[in-house]
Amino acid sequence: MNVAAWRSAPVVRGIGMAAITLALAVLPFILASQGTAWVRITNLAILFALLSLGLNIVVGFAGLLDLGYVAFYGVGAYTWALLASPHFGLHLPFWIILPTGALLACLFGLMLGAPTLKLRGDYLAIVTLGFGEIVRIFLNNLSQPVNLTNGPQGVTLIDPMRIGGFSLAGSHQLFGFEFSGPIKYYYLLLLVLLAVIVVNLRLQDSRIGRAWMAIREDETAAKAMGIDTRNVKLLAFAMGASFGGIAGGLFSSIQTFISPESFVLEQSVMVLAMVVLGGMGNVWGVVAGALLLSFVPEVLRYTVEPLQKSLLGQVVVAPEVIRMLLFGLALVLMMRFRPAGLFPSQVRRRELESAGPA
Amino acid sequence: MDIFLQQLINGLTLGSVYAVVALGYTMVYGIIQLINFAHGEVVMVGAMVALTVIGALAASGSMPPFLILTAGVLCAVPVCMILGYLLERVAYRPLRGAPRLAPLITAIGVSIILQHVALLIFSRNPRSFPQIVANPVFDIGGASISAVQIAIMLISLAMMAALTFVVYRTRLGMAMRATSENPAVAGLMGIDINRVITFTFVLGAALGAMAGVMVGTYYGIAHYKMGALLGMKAFSAAVLGGIGNLGGAMLGGLLLGVVEALGTGYIGDATDLCNVEWLSTALAERCADQGHMILFGSNYQDVFAFVVLIIVLVFRPSGLLGERVGDRA
Repeated sequence: MNVAAWRSAPVVRGIGMAAITLALAVLPFILASQGTAWVRITNLAILFALLSLGLNIVVGFAGLLDLGYVAFYGVGAYTWALLASPHFGLHLPFWIILPTGALLACLFGLMLGAPTLKLRGDYLAIVTLGFGEIVRIFLNNLSQPVNLTNGPQGVTLIDPMRIGGFSLAGSHQLFGFEFSGPIKYYYLLLLVLLAVIVVNLRLQDSRIGRAWMAIREDETAAKAMGIDTRNVKLLAFAMGASFGGIAGGLFSSIQTFISPESFVLEQSVMVLAMVVLGGMGNVWGVVAGALLLSFVPEVLRYTVEPLQKSLLGQVVVAPEVIRMLLFGLALVLMMRFRPAGLFPSQVRRRELESAGPA
Repeated sequence: MDIFLQQLINGLTLGSVYAVVALGYTMVYGIIQLINFAHGEVVMVGAMVALTVIGALAASGSMPPFLILTAGVLCAVPVCMILGYLLERVAYRPLRGAPRLAPLITAIGVSIILQHVALLIFSRNPRSFPQIVANPVFDIGGASISAVQIAIMLISLAMMAALTFVVYRTRLGMAMRATSENPAVAGLMGIDINRVITFTFVLGAALGAMAGVMVGTYYGIAHYKMGALLGMKAFSAAVLGGIGNLGGAMLGGLLLGVVEALGTGYIGDATDLCNVEWLSTALAERCADQGHMILFGSNYQDVFAFVVLIIVLVFRPSGLLGERVGDRA
C-alpha cells in the first residue's frame, strides 16, 4: 500500500483528526503556562486568520485587489462596540449584534463594490484604499455634532461575549480546570475559524467559487461564458466584507476597547500580506500565512529586546521597528523568490509558471 | 478676507505639489504599469535629507540663507535619485514579467522598510523645518499669498514644463514614449529598455525630492510618515487625471488640491444644520447655545480627495484624460 492510499485510509484519518483535535484543545493550556499573553496573541492570530480568509475571497478567489479591507473589520467592530457598551447604554446579546455587524459590513461591501464594478486592476486598488481611509476618517470624526463613535478616544468598556448567562470574560472552574477568559475565547474563535474554513473550502469548489476564479483568470471570457460578472463580483465583495464584519465584532468583544487606530491602512496591508504570503486562493495557505505573520513578530518581540540588552547593554532599536523592518523585508524577498506564496494554490502556481514577460 | 480666493491660492499651492508627486507615479506607471507605492516615501526622504542639511548649515550660521536652501535641495535631489535607482534595480527589476500583484506587494514592502529606516534615523517625532528665509505675505484682492506659496507654484510649473520638454522634445523622451507604447518593439528598435526604465525612476525620484522639500517648507514640518498620505493623494491625483498620462497627472494634482482646499473651506458652513431653514426651529435651542451645529467640519479634509476620486472614476473609469484601457488590465 503506498503512502497516499495509506494516508487516506479512514482509520488513519480518524486517528489523525483526533490527534489534531486533542492538540488544539490542549494548546491554550500549554500556552497559558507560558503566560496568558500568549493565549491572547493566539486569539489575535486566529482573528487575523479570519480576516485573511475573508480577504482571500475578494483577492484570492475573485482577483479583485482590495486595499481597504480593514474598513469592514472596523464596521463590524464598531457595530459591536456601539450596540454593547455603556456608550449608548445598549447591551444587546451577541446573536443580534454579530449578524447586524455582518450585515452592515456586507452593505458597506456593496457600497464599495457597486460603483467600482467597472474598474480594473490598479484603479480598483486605489479606490478601495481611498474607501478604507474614508471609513477611518469618519470613525475618527463622528463624535461631532452627535457623538456617534466617540472619535479618536474610541469606545471603552465594551461588553464581552455572553452566551446565555455564560460570560466569556473572567475565569470559570470546570472539571477541575481553570478556564480563563482568553482560553474560552480561544475555543470560540477556533470554532468560528473552523466554520469559516469549511465555508471557504465549500465556496471554492462551488459554482460561485468557480465563477470567481473564471473572472480572476479572464473577465471577458468569463462574461462570454454566461457568468453574470456584475452580480458575482458584488457577491465576492459582500461575502468578503461580511467575514470582515464578523471578525470585527469578535475583536470588539475580546479587546473590550476599540479606537480608529486599529483600523488604519497598515492593517489592510498586513492582512493583504498574510493572504499573499500564505498563497492567494489557497485556504490553508492563507490560514498559515496569517498565523505566521501574527506569531513571528511576537516571538521577535520577546527575543530581540533581551538579545540587544545582552549584546549591547541597552535597547538600541525598538522591537516594534525591527518587526516592521523584517516584515517589509519579508514581503520584498517573498515576491522575489516565491511570488505565489509559501503554499500556492494549484491554479495560481500554473499561472505563475507560465507567465511570460508582459 | 475673501475665503474663495484664499482657498483657491492654498489649493493651487498644495495642488502643484500633488501634481509634481503625481508625475512620479504616472511616469513609472506609464512605462511599466507599476504602482510605485514607495514613491511617497521617496518624497519623505527628500524632505528629511533637506531638513537635516538645512538644519546643520543654519546652525553653523555662516552661510547666506538662500545658499543654505539651495544646498539642502542639492543634497536631497541626488540622494533621492540614488534611492530611485536602487529601488528599480534591487526591488522592481527582478520582478519584471512577474504577475502584477508581485511588484505591488514589493512596493508596499519597500515603503514599510523606508518608513521605518527613517523612523530609526529621524525618530518618531515630527521635526520642524528651520525657517531661514523670510516669508513675506502679500495681499491680493482680499486674500493673502506668501512668498513660499508663490515659489512653490513657480517651481512646480517650471518642473512640469521641463519634464514635458524632456518627454516630448528629446531623444530620451522619445525612447520613454516608445517604451511605454510597447517595450518589446521599442527594444527591437534599438532602445535600451533597462536604461529608459531606470531613467524614468530616477527622474520621478528627483521630482519627488523637490516635492518633499517644497511640502516641508510649506508646512514647516517633516515626519517619517508624511509620505504615506501625500503619496496616496498624489496617486489619487494621477488616477484622477488618467494614470500614465503626464497632462492628466498635472491636471489631477491641481484639481485635487483645489477641491480639497475649497471643500475644507466651505464644508463647515455648508453642513451647518443651523443654516438649514426647516431644521433651525428644531435645533433652535442648541443653535442659540453654540451658534452652529456643524455636521462635517474641516477635519474631513482628507476625505475630499478620495470622494472626488471615486466619483470621477465611477463616471470615467479611466480618469479624466486617460485613454480607454484594454480588456486585460
